[in-house]
Amino acid sequence: MTATPDSAVDRPEVVEKDRVVIRFAGDSGDGMQLTGDRFTSETAAFGNDLSTLPNFPAEIRAPAGTLPGVSSFQLHFANYDILTPGDRPDVLVAMNPAALKANIADLPAGGVLIVNTDEFTKRNLTKVGYATNPLEDDSLEQYAVHEVAMATLTMGALSETGLSKKDAERAKNMFALGLLSWMYHRPHEGTERFLREKFARRPDLAEANILAFRAGHAYGETTEAFAVTYEVKPAPLPTGTYRQITGNTALSYGLVAAGQATGLPVFLGSYPITPASDILHELSKHKGFGVTTFQAEDEISGVGAALGASFGGALGVTTTSGPGLSLKSETVGLAVALELPMIVVDVQRGGPSTGLPTKTEQADLLHAMFGRNGESPVPIVAPQSPGDCFDATLEAARIAVTYRTPVLLLSDGSLANGSEPWRVPDVADLAPIDPGFATEPNAPDGSGEFWPYLRDDDTLARPWAVPGTKGLEHRIGGLEKADGRGSISYDPANHDRMVRLRAAKVDGIAVPDIEVDDPTGDAELLVVGWGSTYGPIGAGCRRVRALGHSVAQAHIRHLNPFPANLGDVLGRYRTVLVPEMNLGQLAMLLRARYLVDAKSYTNVTGLPFKAEELQDLFLSYLSGVHA
Amino acid sequence: MTALDLGLPSIGGLDGVPTTTDKQTAKDFTSDQEVRWCPGCGDYAVLAAVRQFLPTLGIKRENTVFVSGIGCSSRFPYYLNTYGMHSIHGRAPTIATGLAVSRPDLSVWVVTGDGDALSIGGNHLIHALRRNVNLKILLFNNRIYGLTKGQYSPTSEVGKVTKSTPMGSVDHPFNPVSLALGAEATFVGRAIDSDRKGLTAVLGAAAAHRGTALVEIFQDCPIFNDGSFDVLRKGDDVEERLIHLTDGEPIRFGPTGDDGLGTFAVVREGFGLGVAKAAEVDASEIVVHDARDQNLAFALSRLSDQDLTHTVTGIFRDVDKLTYDDAARAQVTEAKEKAAAAGGPDLQALLHGRDTWTVIG
Repeated sequence: MTATPDSAVDRPEVVEKDRVVIRFAGDSGDGMQLTGDRFTSETAAFGNDLSTLPNFPAEIRAPAGTLPGVSSFQLHFANYDILTPGDRPDVLVAMNPAALKANIADLPAGGVLIVNTDEFTKRNLTKVGYATNPLEDDSLEQYAVHEVAMATLTMGALSETGLSKKDAERAKNMFALGLLSWMYHRPHEGTERFLREKFARRPDLAEANILAFRAGHAYGETTEAFAVTYEVKPAPLPTGTYRQITGNTALSYGLVAAGQATGLPVFLGSYPITPASDILHELSKHKGFGVTTFQAEDEISGVGAALGASFGGALGVTTTSGPGLSLKSETVGLAVALELPMIVVDVQRGGPSTGLPTKTEQADLLHAMFGRNGESPVPIVAPQSPGDCFDATLEAARIAVTYRTPVLLLSDGSLANGSEPWRVPDVADLAPIDPGFATEPNAPDGSGEFWPYLRDDDTLARPWAVPGTKGLEHRIGGLEKADGRGSISYDPANHDRMVRLRAAKVDGIAVPDIEVDDPTGDAELLVVGWGSTYGPIGAGCRRVRALGHSVAQAHIRHLNPFPANLGDVLGRYRTVLVPEMNLGQLAMLLRARYLVDAKSYTNVTGLPFKAEELQDLFLSYLSGVHA
Repeated sequence: MTALDLGLPSIGGLDGVPTTTDKQTAKDFTSDQEVRWCPGCGDYAVLAAVRQFLPTLGIKRENTVFVSGIGCSSRFPYYLNTYGMHSIHGRAPTIATGLAVSRPDLSVWVVTGDGDALSIGGNHLIHALRRNVNLKILLFNNRIYGLTKGQYSPTSEVGKVTKSTPMGSVDHPFNPVSLALGAEATFVGRAIDSDRKGLTAVLGAAAAHRGTALVEIFQDCPIFNDGSFDVLRKGDDVEERLIHLTDGEPIRFGPTGDDGLGTFAVVREGFGLGVAKAAEVDASEIVVHDARDQNLAFALSRLSDQDLTHTVTGIFRDVDKLTYDDAARAQVTEAKEKAAAAGGPDLQALLHGRDTWTVIG
């Protein structure tokens, strides 16, 4: 029997939902990230608000069917604006016993569980420590379980294609995607077009994957195994044109846009490292914008080349993650001494050392702030959501070029790989950034000399004179320079002055005041965060407010220098609470700087905060448990 | 793959750098900074040679950049009235790479030492050579750490007694020329600080070479390794020790013989090279230098050990090979032309991507 979408008979009931969280989980080789990505694209195209959390092992392929090899992708979508990828899934798709075992604890009672039964063999069950088959005992009775022989059904659907069994079986993730797309009324033109492009060189594989996708869709429609389907209406987002975007893509576009805004060629020096490599990959596609990408022999060379390019008048950029930032520290220090523009992107991951390469963390803040020898101030900017990586990058470029300084841009793993709808900015609205190259000798004594460290009265920035400019030949370096003239100086008073000038320059960077979200205006609890915790903190605040409580939220984008009004803001609230994915680094800075009794809440699991966790935290403060 | 293979016109190291017809002198290239090396340091001779040499290139002074690392020799840029950067230990090749890739109109020079280039910066050195970026690396080799006051270096001879090795060093040194050749260097030369003529000739060839040029300069540290190269400067057997290479010429050295050439010759010996009295071998056995022959260059670099018994100077290797910076810029140019032909580059289109939806208020 073939059911067409138009058939009116036996249509399952359609239930309308405000929001849904789906988690696809399978083996690393099962294509769960691709499946999640495609569902996300369909959902974005449909107009829901969404937020995603990819979660995968650092190993490319851990042994098949084992717990360490489980890869998952969680997607939260809704008919209103949402802030997080969701705490717990409403629907769990488990492609094998390992995926079930690793994820079932997160599925709330009554949740929908869709299982690929083909992988539930005795051998696979034993591999992950199941003594009995959970599909056959009563351990899953609190869930709405749907057992689907996805591999068998996929191979059946592809039996006419002439593909090998192995190739046919590999399309089972598209079967799962088709089934879920049917359940949630997702459009599927985009996925079919995507598959044709992805497998352009293997049209047979493209057609096989499309067949598997359609087979999943048809399976839902025809089997009557699913009594209901769900509808999540589009979200009423602000007017505009939207697309789905990940943090790493938005950051890359921010760099391209910074090149256009400054009129400077962008030069990226980078060494591959998870989770920052995608920025290198993305930028290497955009040479047409005058972007040069240099894959260096190591992290130090990446930042060195960026600094060399900046000396030559390019917008030097280097991208890395924690361990790479450690290696770059000395060169960033040189950039501080040279006072040249440079953007240093740190996509933070779990540490110390190699740590958790594919998991998220915020533990490089103090490294960014202080991780160099000597008094070595560096401005720090942190984006708060995937789409915001674009704006934060432009802000980093503005500071770097205007103030002739390296800037640290602190993204993290969850921003880098997570995605959300992004209102596409109008290029005409991009503010130009003037590099203001020096063209004339500037010595105040009228000698006709060029003084490379004669500062702008307003910004304290020094002139940027690039090689090739006649009459401005000069030598700079890591040795202390004489204020103004810029020649080597070991004079004690001069060093003291230069240390203070460099600090004053960074302290004086113009940054916008921090805004507080305090809807009732009477909150006594202020929650302060930075970076990717914006979403979970905001979601936690909403939940608490929905329960009738007052709570204020302030999120710090500029971590050095802090916004000028931050001290006042902190002083206005009885309790200041700082949740962080580290052991209290921002809280330490706030306490030191403002003598405020900031309370620190920390969680360093490699995963973002859950809204429920923060709701409970805020409630405990509001009820005086922590008073 | 050489430029010739690609059907490209062979280009020189200074092509693309603006020239000047203004008369320039060593004085023009001298900065106002007082030179602060120790009295008798070999760096003075090299600095004087470079100041004399730079004006002869005929390029604009403002388009000349010297980048250095850390060490005594790395103070070099301060003493030249060009653009310059005194950077951090071992990293000068990385900075110079970024600069040379993004600015084809600059003549970029790196000044480094044996510790800077071969110890802390070894990785950057070999990768710069491998990539063949159009920059010139002057490696001042004095076989000692001078600025840190006298520890053995990666080119010190085994058994060297220094402050950090009172019982003698036990590690084996690098041969910088062999190392560079192993790293696929397209230009390798060697000169002695006090030999102005020989040094200037190698510098000239390095400047004309498009790609990374490594020039090893034997340089005396009178304070911590005094007289380390004296056997190549004075004494009865200097001529028998020094072997100077001239491309296309038989390699003859030593006191001038009856035929007007050196009495000694470099000859093939098994898989390597040896030394013989020219009169005692057939002319066909004498090696004719070919700067395109990598095996020959390597064998020449192995003619003698640290003992300087037979020290080869001149240009070991000089071959055409596509440079990293030319190739990288060509890709950017191609992409820009492609974008321009399509009316771009269009940032708005990039930001839109392929799949968008519109929310109407």
